[in-house]
Amino acid sequence: MRAVSAVATQRLRVLRRGAEVLAGVDLEVGAGEWVGVIGPNGAGKTTLLHVLAGLLHRRDATVHGQVRIAGLDPLRARRRAVARRVALVPQRPVVPPGLTVRDYVLLGLTPHLSPWAPESGRDRAAVAAALDRLDLAALAGRPATELSGGELQRVVLARAVVQRPAVLLLDEPTSALDIGHQQAVLDLVDRLRGEDGLTVVAAMHDLTLAGQYAGRLVLLAGGLVVADGPPAHVLTPELLCKVYEARVRLVETADGPAVVPVRDEWR
Amino acid sequence: MPGTAVGIGPPRPAGPSRPAVGGPAVGGPGPGRGRRALLLLAAAGSLAGAVLAATLVGPAGLGVRDVLAELAGAVPGVPVTSDLTDQQRQILWRIRLPRVVLGAVVGGMLALAGAAYQGVFRNPLADPYLLGVSSGAGLGATLAIVSGGALGPVGLPVAAFAGGLAGVAATYALGSGVGGARSAGVIVLAGVAVAAFANAGQTYVQQRYDDTLRSVYAWLLGQLSTDGWSEVRTVAPFVAVAVIVILLHRRALDVMAVGDVEAASLGVTPARVRLVLVVAATLGTAAVVSVSGLIGFVGIVVPHTVRLLVGVGHRLLLPMSMLLGAAFLVLADVVARTALSPAEVPIGVVTAFVGAPFFLVVLRRARGATL
Repeated sequence: MRAVSAVATQRLRVLRRGAEVLAGVDLEVGAGEWVGVIGPNGAGKTTLLHVLAGLLHRRDATVHGQVRIAGLDPLRARRRAVARRVALVPQRPVVPPGLTVRDYVLLGLTPHLSPWAPESGRDRAAVAAALDRLDLAALAGRPATELSGGELQRVVLARAVVQRPAVLLLDEPTSALDIGHQQAVLDLVDRLRGEDGLTVVAAMHDLTLAGQYAGRLVLLAGGLVVADGPPAHVLTPELLCKVYEARVRLVETADGPAVVPVRDEWR
Repeated sequence: MPGTAVGIGPPRPAGPSRPAVGGPAVGGPGPGRGRRALLLLAAAGSLAGAVLAATLVGPAGLGVRDVLAELAGAVPGVPVTSDLTDQQRQILWRIRLPRVVLGAVVGGMLALAGAAYQGVFRNPLADPYLLGVSSGAGLGATLAIVSGGALGPVGLPVAAFAGGLAGVAATYALGSGVGGARSAGVIVLAGVAVAAFANAGQTYVQQRYDDTLRSVYAWLLGQLSTDGWSEVRTVAPFVAVAVIVILLHRRALDVMAVGDVEAASLGVTPARVRLVLVVAATLGTAAVVSVSGLIGFVGIVVPHTVRLLVGVGHRLLLPMSMLLGAAFLVLADVVARTALSPAEVPIGVVTAFVGAPFFLVVLRRARGATL
C-alpha cells in the first residue's frame, strides 16, 4: 500500500500524573499523506501531536510504546534533530511583541543555524523566499502582533516552511479563523504538501473541512483510535453520535460528507 | 529596597491589531547589518565619552590633553608622554581609573543580566535581583558587618557573594521541589519566597545589632569605592564568564520569546537555556554586588530603554544594554561623588533619581510601543 511511513506509533501510552491521556495508539502515516486527527475535546489530539513533535518530556509524563517520525525516535532524539524534520503549527501561536514578520519567520531557521554564528545572506534569502511563496512579502516589515488572524496563520506557516520539515504537524490550525480564511489556509497547506512532498498530520475540530482536506481521518476518543479510514467511513452519524454525544446528520456532497448539526432529533 | 518588585505576566497572546505608531524603530524593519554596526559603535562611543568625562571630574584637576596623552602612552609601543606630575599620575591610575572602570563593569553586568533575565522569564519586570541574589547578598553582607570583621578584611564581599549564590540556589531548589523547575512562573514565585525569607532574616539581624545599622544601610544602597585595582581584578573573571555565556545565547533568547512549547518545537530546550543563563547572570551579578552593594534600576531601565530605541532582537539588545549600562553607571557615579562633595550620595539613590524620570521620558516618546 504505502511505500514509506513518515509517522508510526505502536501501542503509544501516555500517562500524566497517573491519568491515561493516550491509551495505546497505533497510527501509521505514509509519506506525503494528509491525515486528519479528529475527536472530542480531551481525546488526546494535542498530546499525540506533542509526542510526535518531541515535546513531551519524560519528566512530565510517562510514555510507553514505540514512536517513529521522519526516521527518528522523538522521545530520544535531540530536540534540534527533530526540529529539522518536524514542524509544529500550534493552536494559539505566541507572538512576541516588537518582532517584525521577517524576524519572526527567521525563528523557523533556528534548528539549522549554529547557535553562535550570525545568520548568513543565504539564511536571509531563505526567509525572503518563504515570504514570497506565501504571498507575505508586503508584510515583511510589519510587527507580527499587528496582523489579522488569517495573516498570522500564514506567517506561522511561513515559519514552518523555512524549517524545511518532512512532516508538518498542525494543531487546530484554523479554529480561530472565519470560513473563508479557514479554506485559504488549508488550501495553502495542501499546496505546500504537493510542492514539497510534505506529510501532514492535522488535528481539527471542523469535521466537514477535515474530511474535505485529509485523505484519511483518525478518530480519537478517550485516548484510543476508535476509527481510522477514508472520511466517508469515519464520518458516520452512529460514530459521531457515540463519540461526540452530538446530534448530526451527514449530507453527501461532491467533496465528501458534510456534517450538519441537528437541533432536535425527535422533532 | 531596590529590585524586589516582582511581576508575573503570562506571555502576551496574539492580541488584536493595534494602530501602527510612527514612533522610533520599535516594530519597524529590523536594523540591517550596517545600521547595527553603527548603533554598536555609537554605544561604544558614548561609553568611551562617559569614561573620559568621569576620569576628568574630581577634586584634583586633570587636563583632557594630559589624560589622553597619559592613556595613549600606556599602550605599549606608543611614544607619547604626558606632563602629569607623579602625584597626578597616582591619582589617575590608582584612584580615578579603577573607580571608573569598576563603575563600567558593574553597570554593564547589571544591565546585561537584566536583559537576559527579562528574555528568559518573558517578564518585563524581571531584573538581575529577581531570584534572590540581592536579598541573599544583603543577608550575607549584614552578617559580615555585624560580626565586626571577624571574617577578615575580605569578609564582606565574600559573604555577600556567597549569600547571593545561596539565595538563587535556594530559589531553584525550591522551584524544583514543587515540581516546576521548568516553568518560569514557579521559579519566579520561589524567588519571591526566598527573598522574603532572606529579607526577614536580614531585618532581624539588623534589629539585634542596631549599632551597625548605618554601615549595613550604606552597603544596601550601593557604593563604588575602590582600593586600587583589587575590586576590578576580583570581579573580572566572573563578569567575563557571565558576559561570554550570555552573549552566546542571543539567538536562544530570541527563540524563548515564543514560549516554552514553541521554542522546544524549534529545537531549543527552554529549561536548559533558563538554567544556564540564570547561573551565568547570577555569577556575574553576585560578583559585582559583592563589591558595589545593591544598585537598583540599572538592570531594568537600561534594557527597556534600549528595547524602545532599537527593538527586541537580542543580538543588538544584549551588547547595547551592556555598553549603555556601563556608560550610565559611570555617569551616575560622577553625580554620586560630586553632588554633595566631599560627601558621597549612595549611587543607588542616584540611579533611581536620574533613571526614573529619564525612563518616563523614553516611555512617553515611544507611546504605543510594547514592553
